[in-house]
Amino acid sequence: MANNNIGPKRLVVGAHYGTFDWLAQRITAIVMALYTVILLVTWLLSNETGYQAWAGMFAQQWFKLATFVTFVSLAYHAWVGMRNVWMDYIKPVGLRLTLQAFTILWLVGCAGYAAQILWRV
Amino acid sequence: MSEAAKKRPQFRNIHITDLAFNYRMPLAAKVSILHRISGVAIFIFLPFILYLLDLSITSEGSYERFRGLLEHPLAKIVVLGLAWGYLHHFCAGIRHLVLDTHTSNTKEGARTTAIITLVVSLALTAVVAVKLFGA
Repeated sequence: MANNNIGPKRLVVGAHYGTFDWLAQRITAIVMALYTVILLVTWLLSNETGYQAWAGMFAQQWFKLATFVTFVSLAYHAWVGMRNVWMDYIKPVGLRLTLQAFTILWLVGCAGYAAQILWRV
Repeated sequence: MSEAAKKRPQFRNIHITDLAFNYRMPLAAKVSILHRISGVAIFIFLPFILYLLDLSITSEGSYERFRGLLEHPLAKIVVLGLAWGYLHHFCAGIRHLVLDTHTSNTKEGARTTAIITLVVSLALTAVVAVKLFGA
């Protein structure tokens, strides 16, 4: 089955082409929405105030991991969205490829910064 | 072919100026393009958002610098803009998930959910604005 789906015979049209990205964008969106609720509830239920309440959340390992998973979800979500934007508006192939490559580098760089912030504290 | 069918105009590659100035876009279209604009804005400002997170959690001293930075009117405006972007993208995204379940998939439903999206996101943005510019 897979043999007729490689090289020049690769299927690039049809009912399911793009379904993975479509689904990934929705799943990552739900992850981010749930994280927003968890963040707000944890913050509001904190016994501390000010810096202690805010930074105290990020001091816990489970919260660091939840934040990082959410940020990786954000990066994937943004990749699908930005790719759609470039494909819709940028027609010259070279420029589009450059912008798509820049998008990946930008997002990976931001994910690295996020990891550094989270595990430095 | 009838005369009317022959003369019916076809619009292809609609120019951006037509979209911006000549056509009256339905509310659902405005919510949709704002969803895209807010997403791109958050993408561009990601390093700034992470910098604010960095300042806010790294130490008590950096937390004070974070608060000091937010005293600046320009910072307030940028943060308010990003807050709106997040809230609009959030609400419009939930609207998309609702539409994906084939709920509200009608002309009226699209308009109603677009109105709800705008009202909720703008109301929450107003709360952020009061917090930023008020007390």
